[in-house]
Amino acid sequence: MAGIISYGAYIPYYRLPRAAIGKMWDAKGGRGEKAVAGFDEDPITMSVAAGLDCLRDVDPRTVEALFLATTCAPYKERQNSTIVATALDLPQAARNTDFANCLRAGTNAIMAALDSVEAGTLKSVLVTAADMRLAGAAGEDEQDFGDGSGALLFGSNNVAVEIEAYHCLSEDLADYWRSHEDTYVRHWEDRFGREEGYMRLPVEAAAGAMKKCGLKKEDISRLCLCGANLRSHAALAAKMGFSKEQIQDPLLADVGNTGTAQPLMILIGALEDAKPGDRILLVSWGNGSDAIIFRVNEEIDNIRGRRGIKRHLKIKKTLDNYGRYLRWRDMVDIAPPPRPPAGAASMSAQWREHSTALPLYGVKCKNCGTPQLYLSSSSTRARICLNCGRKDEFEPYRFANRRGQVASFSHDFLAAGTDPPTTAAVIDFEGGGRGQFNMVDREPDECSVGMKVEMTFRKLQYTQGTHTYFWKCKPVRD
Amino acid sequence: MPGSIKDRVAIVGMGCTRFGERWDVSAADMIVEAVYQAYEDAGIETKDIQAAWLGTATGMTGMVLSEPLRLQYIPVTRVENACATASDAFRNACYAVAAGIYDMVLAVGVDKFKDSGISGLGDGGAPGPSHAMEAESTPPRQFAMLATTYFSKYGLSFEEGKHMIGRVSWKSHQNGMRNKNAHFQKDVSMDTILNAPMVAWPLGLFDCCGVSDGAAAAIITTPEIAQSMRKDPVYVKALQISMAPRDGNFNTNYDFLHVEATVRAAEAAYKEAGIKNPREEISMAEVHDCFSITEAVTMEDLRFSPRGKVRDDIENGFFDLDGGLPVQLDGGLKCFGHPIGASGLRMLYEMYLQLQGRADELLNPGFPSRQLANPKLGLTHNLGGSPDGCAIFVGIVGLPGV
Repeated sequence: MAGIISYGAYIPYYRLPRAAIGKMWDAKGGRGEKAVAGFDEDPITMSVAAGLDCLRDVDPRTVEALFLATTCAPYKERQNSTIVATALDLPQAARNTDFANCLRAGTNAIMAALDSVEAGTLKSVLVTAADMRLAGAAGEDEQDFGDGSGALLFGSNNVAVEIEAYHCLSEDLADYWRSHEDTYVRHWEDRFGREEGYMRLPVEAAAGAMKKCGLKKEDISRLCLCGANLRSHAALAAKMGFSKEQIQDPLLADVGNTGTAQPLMILIGALEDAKPGDRILLVSWGNGSDAIIFRVNEEIDNIRGRRGIKRHLKIKKTLDNYGRYLRWRDMVDIAPPPRPPAGAASMSAQWREHSTALPLYGVKCKNCGTPQLYLSSSSTRARICLNCGRKDEFEPYRFANRRGQVASFSHDFLAAGTDPPTTAAVIDFEGGGRGQFNMVDREPDECSVGMKVEMTFRKLQYTQGTHTYFWKCKPVRD
Repeated sequence: MPGSIKDRVAIVGMGCTRFGERWDVSAADMIVEAVYQAYEDAGIETKDIQAAWLGTATGMTGMVLSEPLRLQYIPVTRVENACATASDAFRNACYAVAAGIYDMVLAVGVDKFKDSGISGLGDGGAPGPSHAMEAESTPPRQFAMLATTYFSKYGLSFEEGKHMIGRVSWKSHQNGMRNKNAHFQKDVSMDTILNAPMVAWPLGLFDCCGVSDGAAAAIITTPEIAQSMRKDPVYVKALQISMAPRDGNFNTNYDFLHVEATVRAAEAAYKEAGIKNPREEISMAEVHDCFSITEAVTMEDLRFSPRGKVRDDIENGFFDLDGGLPVQLDGGLKCFGHPIGASGLRMLYEMYLQLQGRADELLNPGFPSRQLANPKLGLTHNLGGSPDGCAIFVGIVGLPGV
C-alpha cells in the first residue's frame, strides 16, 4: 500500500496586505494579505524549506527520488530538483524530476509519486511544489498571487494517508499562461476561463474520482479545492454542492494563490486537523483538473509536530512598504550600488564544492571530536583540524539541521544588497562548531548576542546567468 | 644577539606624500615624490640604492617601482600582506641589511584606490572564478562584530559603547587637523561623530577610516654607515609578523573581544626589544585604526590598557597627544585614509619625525606644536584582514641605547 508518510509546508515570513497594494495604486485593496517570498527566496529555496519541515524525523538518505513542481523554475536548463535534493542531502542515486509549466504540476507530481511507489520502482519519493508567480503591478493578479510551498513524502510503510482514487482530465484551455518571453502571467477575459473551464472541469474530475471508489459527497470530510481567488472558489464550491463545513480553507485570503503549491498547501492544512477515517477530496485546476481522494489512517498521529500550514501562518511580519516588494521582485530599476560588481560564479568550483556546501556539511575530527566548518573563498572542505592539527582524519558532520546561537553580529549598510542592511552573524552551533552567515527574516532591533537561530537555504546571488545558493540563518520562531 | 633585529639596522632617510583623494597624481607620481624626499633626507641618489622592496596591494612585480624611478637592473621584490604590506616590505629590507647582503636599501609603500569609482574598498575578494558560496562581505561588517561583543561582554549600553569608540575618533581628528599631510584636516565634534549615519551597526561613518591615495619610503642601512651620514638616525628595535590561521569564524574558542595575532606579534616584539612594561616604556604609537573599535581593542592587545579597561584610558585622554601614551599622533588611518600598501610606512614616518624632533615640519600654521617631548621608543602596528583572521605587524623603533 502506497501513500503519504510525512508532510511539511512553508509560507514566507513576509505578508503584503492587499490594502497596501490598493493604497499604492489608488485602487480598492482586497481584504487579507498575500505571502511574499523574501528577496533571496525562490521555488528552489522554498522547496528546501518545505522539504526540511517534511523530513523533520526522516533520514534523507532513505529518500529515493525528489519530484519538484513549479512554474517558476530558476533554471530552464539545469535540474532544479537536483539542487533541492542536494541541499536536503538526498542520495546521489535519487531519481529527481522537474514537473513544470502547468498549475497542475503539483498534483501531476503527486500522482507520479504514488504510481512509482505503488509499482515498487521507488520505495520513497519526496514531492515538493513551490511557486512565486509574478503579476504585473497594479493588476488584479497582483492581489491574488501569493508565494509558498508544500512537501509530501510518499512511501509504503506506516502510511498515514492512502490514496483511494484519482481522476485526471487534461484540456488545452488557457485561462492563464506565460510564453517563453513573458515575465508576467497573462490571462484571457476572466469570464471565459471561469464559465467555460473552472466551473466545469473540476466538477467532472471530482465526480470521476468519487465514482471510481463509489463515494458520495457526504462521505467526504474535507474538500480541498484550488482556485484563482475567493470569489470564483466560493462559486465553484457552491456549484459542486458541498456544505460550508466540508470546505477546507483555500488559503486565498491569508496567503494567496500559490500556483502549483496550492493543492499541496490546502491538503496539508486539512491533514493537520484530520482524524483517522476521514476522506479528503483534493481538486486542482490548470489546463484541466486532477481530483484525488485521500483516506486518513491511524498513523496520521505519528506525523504531527511540523510547522506545516498552521504554524507558518502565525510566523509572519507585515510588509507595510510596497516599494520594498517591488525591489525584491526586481520590478523597478534601482540605482546601482556604489560597489564593485560581483564576479561570475565558476561552474567547476561550484561542482567541486556542491556535496559539502549545498547540504552544509562540515566535518568532525575523529581524533579530538571537534565539529567544524570550513568556508573560504576557495574551498568548503577542511583538511587540517583547527583544534588538534590532524590531517584528513574526519567524518562528515552536517550543520544544516542544527540550531545555534549568535556569538556576534553586525548590520551592514555598505554591502550591496537587495534588502539593506545585510545582517551578518557568527553562529555557534548546538553540539559545537561555528560559522559566519547572513541573517534573514529578522528585525534589526531584535538581534542580540546569544539569540537562537536556525539555518535556512537561500539564494546568495544571481550573477551572469547563475543562481548561487547557500545557507543563511534566521531567528528561531517555533 | 642572533635572532633579534635590535639595533642592527637604522633608518637614514624617509619621505611621505600628502595622503588623500589625489585625483591629480598617479601611483608613479607618488612613488617619485616619496622616494626623492627620502633621498634628499638621507643625502643620497638612486645610484646608491643596492636593492629595493616595494609594498603594494594592487600593482604587480617590482617594476611598479623600477619603472617610475628608472632603477637600473637592481633587485626589487614586490611584497603584499594586506594592510601590513608596507611594514612587511620594510621588514624584509631590514633583514637583507642585517644579513650583510646589502648596506643601502630602499623600502617603499604605495597604493592608489581613488581611481576605482567607489568609496571604501571592495569586498576584499578578487572578482573572478570562485564557488561564490561566501556572501559578499565588507570590512566594517567584520570589525563591527568586535564592538557588538565588546559592548555585550562588558555591559556597556549602546550609548556608552558609542561614546567610547567615538572618543577614539575624536582624538585622532584633534591630531589630524594639525597635520599638513593628512587627508582629513577638519575639527570634528563628538556630536558629529555620534550622530553620523550607520555604516555597519554599531559603527557609524566616523568610526570608519577612509580610503585614500598615498606613498611613503624609507632608506635603511647599517648603524655604522648611518652614524656617518647623520647625527640622528632612527634604530630598529623589533620587527614582528604574526599570521593567524583564520579560524575565528569556525572555532568557538575565539571571543570577538581581541585579536590574537596582535597579542602574539606584540609579545614577540617586546621580547625582541627587551620591553617588559609597554604601557610605561613605549613613548608613542601608530596603530591600525581602520575602525575606532579596532584601535580600542588593540590598546588592550598591546598591553597599553588592562584587559576590559580601555574605556577608562580612552575617556580619560590617556592616548591623546598630551596624554600618558599618545596614539595616532598624526591622526592615524582615521585622518590619513588607508592606501593599503603605504600605511605602514606612513606610520613609521611619524615615529621617525617624532624621534628626530622634527614633527612640526608637518604642522599646519596656527596650531600648537605636535612634537612630543623626548620620545624614546615608538611602536607601529598593522592589521591586514579581519578580527577572525589577519596578518599582523608590530614594529618598534627608537633612539640608540634604549
